[in-house]
Amino acid sequence: MSFEQHTHTLSVYVANRPGVLARIAQVFSRRGYNIESLVVSPANDGDFSRMTIGLSGASEGLEQIVRQVGKLVDVISCMEHADDTAVVRELALVKVRVEAERRMEVLQIVEHFACKTVDLTDTSMIIMSTGASEKVAAFIRMIRSFEVVELVRTGKVLMARGDQPT
Amino acid sequence: MSESPKSSMDGAQALVKCLEAQGVEYIFGLSGGSAIPIFDALITIETKIQLILVRHEQGAAHMADGYARATGKPGVVLVTSGPGATNTITGIMTAHMDSVPMIILTGQTISSMIGKDAFQEADVFGLTMPVVKHSYLLKDPNDIPRVVKEAFHIAVTGRPGPVLRDLPKDISAGAFTGELDPPMNLPGYYPFREVNIDDVKAIAEAIQHSSRPVILAGHGALISRAEKEVVQLAETIQAPVTTTFLGKGVIPETHPLSLGMLGMHGTAYANKAVVECDLIMSIGSRFDDRIIGQASRFCKDAVRIHIDVDEAEIDKMIKVHHSCVGDAKAVLQELLKHVSALDTADWLRRVDGFKTKYPLRYGKQAGLKPQQILVELYQMTGGNIVVTTDVGQHQMWAAQFLRTSRPRDFIGSGGAGTMGFGFPAAIGAQFGRPKEQVWAIVGDGGFQMTLCELATACVNKLPIKILVLNNHYLGMVRQWQELFYDDRESGVDLAGNPDFAKLADSYPGAKGVTLKRTADIRKILQRAMDYNDGPCVINAECEKTENVFPMIPAGRPLEDMLIERPKTKLSKPTGST
Repeated sequence: MSFEQHTHTLSVYVANRPGVLARIAQVFSRRGYNIESLVVSPANDGDFSRMTIGLSGASEGLEQIVRQVGKLVDVISCMEHADDTAVVRELALVKVRVEAERRMEVLQIVEHFACKTVDLTDTSMIIMSTGASEKVAAFIRMIRSFEVVELVRTGKVLMARGDQPT
Repeated sequence: MSESPKSSMDGAQALVKCLEAQGVEYIFGLSGGSAIPIFDALITIETKIQLILVRHEQGAAHMADGYARATGKPGVVLVTSGPGATNTITGIMTAHMDSVPMIILTGQTISSMIGKDAFQEADVFGLTMPVVKHSYLLKDPNDIPRVVKEAFHIAVTGRPGPVLRDLPKDISAGAFTGELDPPMNLPGYYPFREVNIDDVKAIAEAIQHSSRPVILAGHGALISRAEKEVVQLAETIQAPVTTTFLGKGVIPETHPLSLGMLGMHGTAYANKAVVECDLIMSIGSRFDDRIIGQASRFCKDAVRIHIDVDEAEIDKMIKVHHSCVGDAKAVLQELLKHVSALDTADWLRRVDGFKTKYPLRYGKQAGLKPQQILVELYQMTGGNIVVTTDVGQHQMWAAQFLRTSRPRDFIGSGGAGTMGFGFPAAIGAQFGRPKEQVWAIVGDGGFQMTLCELATACVNKLPIKILVLNNHYLGMVRQWQELFYDDRESGVDLAGNPDFAKLADSYPGAKGVTLKRTADIRKILQRAMDYNDGPCVINAECEKTENVFPMIPAGRPLEDMLIERPKTKLSKPTGST
């Protein structure tokens, strides 16, 4: 039996209590799912937190995992969102080693992808890229023609469109 | 408010008051350094709660478990930090697998030392996380009442389970200045769901089109006290009822519609009925691998229905056509409004034919047969006893030959398969049901894991009967090795067993008797029944190589059931256990 591997994005709304992240992580690891990205931040109501979890693993069984996460005492809700019903964004910081003479070439790419330079020295710059994950990934592909020294991505954050709750 | 005497209490004393408010009668525990304030509070606060001092913390957890299963009320465990707490983990996992409400109070090193490898420090909150329904690490004495209230609420509602509270010594010893009865704060916990009427109607409709229905009742039906509704439904639609191991007692096994237990060592007639049914309805069972065999072939042409309080169980093992999430009793009460009598006379005749053709049986030749002892125990008591079991061959024989008539009369470790469970669970059951005769049916292997609790039974003068079906083997594994591994015995010979009767005699207040001959069964069992000043151990020297049948090799479909020992060699099972 081989299941197709897919990426999934879950939004989990939780009570802001010690251990809640560990409990959620355990549900995934026990079932062999790899958490690829994880963003945790206080929600609109500070007693609660919002987690956005990017996963890869078989689609088969994911619904069951969503239910298992949902039944944890500290979890208010756990939902999988499809990309077309939700806004999904991420942010990346890329440090590029670049001398003054090639700086303009880098800035052209920065401009094309609507990124920003957030730090600039004689020999390096840090570029901030935001947007859909695909766009961020495309920017990173392009900028790799220069010497990328460090790369940090936040992972996806997600919000359901319109009146739908996240 | 300012004159309230509570200001002079410490956290531990507030804890005891809160436990009493929850109706706790017994705490099963073993003391230790970081739990001393709590043990102290049990004598400095006026309370009706009795502390039952155990000899090993695993025993405390199984006692609380046995108490909970026998009464339906949560059992309470109190142990110290580090090894005291880790010793309970097997017991917590056992309760978790079988959805048993339990409260575990663990002492912890003082807050400022947590994470610094202090003496007897263990990350109990982290260690137990996968085997609890929920857990707390307390950080403020004033949180104790809310956490106690929440813990009991979580433990008993929805799908029950163990809830652990790790209590640092400075929190239990710290001054308590809070409210004793604060509101709960559980925004993510909603165990009560309205029964979805459309789901129920769809199930009723499916039933109405069935001509060969089978009801499969599990522990969930017992937990929700839905036994009356299960029987009423079975009688209305004239459907035979099989139960899981943990569901024994949902329907009296003497009822004409009862098929007994199904699955790996279930009755042949239950398994044959499940194979041939055109509709299977699980009420509070989780389609465990030991009852479905091979998932892809289980009732594959039948209409499959699942009623469960835990939504995560639906479609987990078996994809179903219809389901209803909710408390079994509430769902069945609604369902009963929508079903009408069904004509299943042909089907019941066929099922009765299975009963006649494939009864439970065993060879009567040769030595002392464990099955024979259980049959005679059943005849002598009419089944009106509370039975606990360990795990292994004796457990399956007990499930087969001791027919259960009342809910909560048959208690064993199902999902976890924990050896050593039976005897301490019997202690808990006897505390919970003091007027009943409690029998622990154990094997010589499992009994030795927790027999130190004989002291606990003696001190409390519990008239528990411990029937050791002694074959000097880890018999179930030996049976697998005989059947599937060319009779190569490895790691199953229990040479070095003590004389269990003499061992019992050495405990003050306990009695030991030995059973060797078939002709003496009644006499010896009667002797045990007549001794009520303390526990009585019956060392039954059984035939060593008796096997449990019927048997479905692990991972095989129910159709592949073996009624008796096959002549041909069998391949190794594909299922796990």
